[in-house]
Amino acid sequence: MGRRVLVTGADTFWGGRTIQVLERDPEIDVIIGLGTQDPSVHLERAEFVRADQAYAILSRITRATAVDTIVHTFLLVDSSLAPAKRIHETNVIGTMNLLAAAEASGTVRQVIVKSSGLVYGSSAQDPATFDEGTARSRAAKTDVERSLIEAEGLVADFADEHPHAVVTVLRFANVLGDDVVTSISRNLSRPLTPAIFGFDPMLQFVHEHDVVRAMEFAFRSRAGGIFNVGGAGRLPWSEVAAICGSRLLPLPPLRPELAIAPLVRAGIFAFPPELAPLLRYGRGMDTTRFSDTGFTYRYTSAGAVAAFARHLRLRRSPGPAGERYTCEHDVEEFFRRSHAVTRPPGL
Amino acid sequence: MRPLHLAAGPDDPRRSDVDEWGRSERVRSLARAIYRPVYAKWFRAEWEGMERIPASGGALLVANHAGAVPSDAPVVMHGVEERLGRPVYGLADYFFRTVPVVGTLWSRAGGVPARPDNAYRLLHDQRQLALVFPEGVKGASKPYRERYQLQRFGRGGFVEIAMRAGVPVIPVAIVGSEETMPVLCQAPGIARALGLPYFPVTANMVLMGPLGLFVPFPAKFRLRVLEPFVFDVPPDRDRYPKSRVMEEAERIRSTLQGAISDMLADRRSIWFG
Repeated sequence: MGRRVLVTGADTFWGGRTIQVLERDPEIDVIIGLGTQDPSVHLERAEFVRADQAYAILSRITRATAVDTIVHTFLLVDSSLAPAKRIHETNVIGTMNLLAAAEASGTVRQVIVKSSGLVYGSSAQDPATFDEGTARSRAAKTDVERSLIEAEGLVADFADEHPHAVVTVLRFANVLGDDVVTSISRNLSRPLTPAIFGFDPMLQFVHEHDVVRAMEFAFRSRAGGIFNVGGAGRLPWSEVAAICGSRLLPLPPLRPELAIAPLVRAGIFAFPPELAPLLRYGRGMDTTRFSDTGFTYRYTSAGAVAAFARHLRLRRSPGPAGERYTCEHDVEEFFRRSHAVTRPPGL
Repeated sequence: MRPLHLAAGPDDPRRSDVDEWGRSERVRSLARAIYRPVYAKWFRAEWEGMERIPASGGALLVANHAGAVPSDAPVVMHGVEERLGRPVYGLADYFFRTVPVVGTLWSRAGGVPARPDNAYRLLHDQRQLALVFPEGVKGASKPYRERYQLQRFGRGGFVEIAMRAGVPVIPVAIVGSEETMPVLCQAPGIARALGLPYFPVTANMVLMGPLGLFVPFPAKFRLRVLEPFVFDVPPDRDRYPKSRVMEEAERIRSTLQGAISDMLADRRSIWFG
């Protein structure tokens, strides 16, 4: 019997991407995408359920579908994209209900959670490289970090109480890619990029393709535990901006968020509270544990930045892409379903 | 585990040579070019036993610490890098990182926050040379009347790291550093107000005002590299017997103190050696 997978956040970038990858896997019988809005991508064979993260609904779904795997992609890791209250609701309450629903079904054997290196924070006392067991240097102050730590705590409790289930937590470095939008990618796409005067932190990146590949790999390999996922090497923020063809906009070291507030309000830059410490002290993660399970990266940190820079140049030249491909879905759909299309037998 | 910058295609996207620690050999060589006259003409640094520092492989250099704004770290790093042509990472209080500009320059010049995990990664995984002052702030902030008296060697953490990383500890006795910036007294009120670990009032400040923070006296530097301490314990243990660690730390401390006293006894002049 093939696997039956539930993917949360099907209406978001990561959920949509994950579903697309899983749809290609013939060993998966059932894919159910969960989301509150329309799915972010065109679904081939996954079934979409519009549902909020209330326990009553989730547990009915997990019971009725007897899913054996949950891929939890819907943790908010960028507070510029959602108000504080929604971050808590989504990350903590959503995860709590999801895990309770997983328990209620009794069929769940694997849980994969997309978390973030934000759980380590950024501070002057930090080691150059965090490994999965290193504690934070300072208590989390931002909403998004606190909610992620709390969510990971719930996942850890679940793993303790269900030793038969494989629980995988992936902590991703800063993501860059053609399609994902983060505070960092938004800032880097401008001719000027915010920096904090006198600080040039070392940053680590992971390419969006590697993010999706890592989740797929975790799904296939059933490697349980906590894993850091990020490209090899780190590079200074000034170099990141230079590769992206952006100049640094130095903000005062004292209260940089006040100085940039008008430009944030105008929608030019994103400067969420969790970004300020990162632009001061950076963050590095040791990714050997995940590599040891057999995962290979396509992009290093610098490679991810370079790929993003290429994409930026392309976007600046012919204008925003994407619109040109709108008919593709319909054409594909036609080929797949229409009786007018002749098919060789066996397909 | 050196930083890898592969897989990005034939043309390396990197534009700087900043490594994962934040150190840049280009910045370092520029700093060495600027520091060369200070090292050779101002301090006239002279080494003994530099051949005891290995040309390859990890080792932890341990030295006595002195002078309010210590010149000993740049002198040791400069001397070893010039002679051996290999980087020396200076382990120091994370405080440097919090100061704008200074923190970035410190990091580019080879400064690394002193943490056991950083030291282990440098020494064990990357087989680098690291320099540490086990006395820490206590050494640099002690008053002039206590010069050349080694303070407590922390909790022996440096011995434990060397054991875990399987590298030798190489003591370096330094004479001359105490006289570059004699500490007259402490101003804890100013330190608190500025958020500094300590704020010493130095003879340099008394004579030169604020400029005294940056200008050390031209005392003659003599540095003696002592016989490396190799611990015959298995590496990569989580814990080592505290008694053994403290014993080794104490042995290193008294050896270093002995060498310093020996060098002081031979010294005829503070300024000319």
